[in-house]
Amino acid sequence: MNILTYDFMIRALVAAVFTGLAAPAVGTYLVQRRLALMGDGIGHVAVTGVALGLITGASPTWTAVAVAILGAVLIEVIRNQGRANGDVALALLFYGGIAGGVFIIGLAGQSAAQLQAYLFGSITTTSVSDVWVTILLALVVVTLCVGLLPQLFAVAQDEEFAAVAGLRVRSYNLLIAVLAAVTVTVAMRTVGLLLVSALMVVPVATAQQVTRSFRSTLGLAMLLGVVASIGGLVVSALASYRFSVAPGPTIVLLALAGFALTWPIGAAVRRRQRLAEPFVPEPPLGHEVTDTHPHVHGPDCGHVAVTHGDHVDYVHGGHRHAPHGEHYDEH
Amino acid sequence: MLTRDAPEVVAVRDVAVALGGRPVLRGIDLAVHEGEFVALMGANGSGKSTLVRAMTGLRPLVSGSVALFGTDLAAYRDWKRIGFVPQRASAASGVPASVYEVVASGRLTRRRPLRPLGRADKAAIRAALEVVGLGDRLRDGVTALSGGQQQRVLIARALAGEPDLLFLDEPTAGVDLPNQEALADALRVLKERGATVVLVAHELGALAPLVGRAVVMRDGRIAYDGAPLADDTVHHPLFLESHSHHHAEPPHRDRAPQVSGPLDGSAP
Repeated sequence: MNILTYDFMIRALVAAVFTGLAAPAVGTYLVQRRLALMGDGIGHVAVTGVALGLITGASPTWTAVAVAILGAVLIEVIRNQGRANGDVALALLFYGGIAGGVFIIGLAGQSAAQLQAYLFGSITTTSVSDVWVTILLALVVVTLCVGLLPQLFAVAQDEEFAAVAGLRVRSYNLLIAVLAAVTVTVAMRTVGLLLVSALMVVPVATAQQVTRSFRSTLGLAMLLGVVASIGGLVVSALASYRFSVAPGPTIVLLALAGFALTWPIGAAVRRRQRLAEPFVPEPPLGHEVTDTHPHVHGPDCGHVAVTHGDHVDYVHGGHRHAPHGEHYDEH
Repeated sequence: MLTRDAPEVVAVRDVAVALGGRPVLRGIDLAVHEGEFVALMGANGSGKSTLVRAMTGLRPLVSGSVALFGTDLAAYRDWKRIGFVPQRASAASGVPASVYEVVASGRLTRRRPLRPLGRADKAAIRAALEVVGLGDRLRDGVTALSGGQQQRVLIARALAGEPDLLFLDEPTAGVDLPNQEALADALRVLKERGATVVLVAHELGALAPLVGRAVVMRDGRIAYDGAPLADDTVHHPLFLESHSHHHAEPPHRDRAPQVSGPLDGSAP
């Protein structure tokens, strides 16, 4: 019997799909605000939430949601107060969160190994109710991220403009913080708290290598998130016949491999665009003919052709050659 | 002046503004009438940007009042009549965005959440891009544009909301002459439609012919309010600026590392 048809594997696949959709959706807004590490910070804070759940016997998922939201709101408030030292404040919060979690686990007389499942994910041990919670929370996140795209985009892009346009900037900022916190706890079972930020950020970084608009970046990032989640899970499941491979790190490594493959394409496209940028349409200072020039420039000659006013210059070893009758001019 | 009989669009009464506890603006009284094109000028740090932020509600007032279209700012909700071009070097953010998407944000004053762009929205976005001369670049990413073109995108974003009153904060800073002229053309269209414009500028450049009234700030107070001034008069000692074109000395720093608590906010 194929491993992929076991019940626990089907549950894991469903959880992976929804996590893969939700994490990059929120991640796109975090990257847009240049807060790519915020997911990581919330993940650290959520460790304390998990520990509180384990010590009190409550569901670690819901205590993690509560503490993560508290942490995210606190991060947002600090960010709002002062920009200059905001990152230091965030660092304090992150380390407080993870240290607090490990400390509380110790107080409970349990070993830190208990935390392992939450730090690095344990998608194959998800119960049916876990899967339903994942689906529900992921749907809320995706619906809000896609439905409120124009508002969230405007606020993240230019807070002052959004405020004068009558948008409630602070509410939208808090909404993103809360959605990020919810996503972190959704992804906690899939990739784990220490790797959750990767699933939020890496697909976005990959998508923006090839996209030009915000909407296509968001859409492609969500698609890449799903592909990486399913792919990572399947790879780790198939490998599990011979090795013990955790799904969380596999998903993240697959997402990173996607970036590694796409980045050279994006870099090449950007380089070509930069080279093809039209020259200032001013005429040259004088008529200067190139030395004898056996090569014939044309659309397919291999030299970069750049628009220059009403004609095309061919870039050629630091020179700009413009066809002029039988010869070429230096432009 | 003819426009002085027109209704007051912006009414600033005895306004004081403080930044981080330090008084910046004191005793500002200013009325802008419908159809006026006002340039707020002055040296760096004279408070001209702060005044525009106070007028748009971005800076809280310590005392006094601001009213837009006769409604006090605290109760003002009719944001679709207001356009704002903040002082920004670029229209880019951490994720690619197309010119069309950035300009579409300008329609948010007239759109309800969870509704797609209507036909009127799309027409206004295209019209705004035509006005700033970027009608052919709407699918391009904003980062593919030059700094001056990005500034024009930000102006198109404000125009897309079809405002009656437009605030611009230093739209010409660091913008070359052809782009300044494209900007002036866009503002001329708006002026001809009867809109009111309040423009913060260090130097007017290509916008000078449009300006109907100059207000010059000096150390947080209004030093001059009247007919437009030639660019060189603004450098008069009264306005606390030598003719330096602000090649200011960098602030002196001692060698001790600058340590401050992470929660001492230094909001700009």
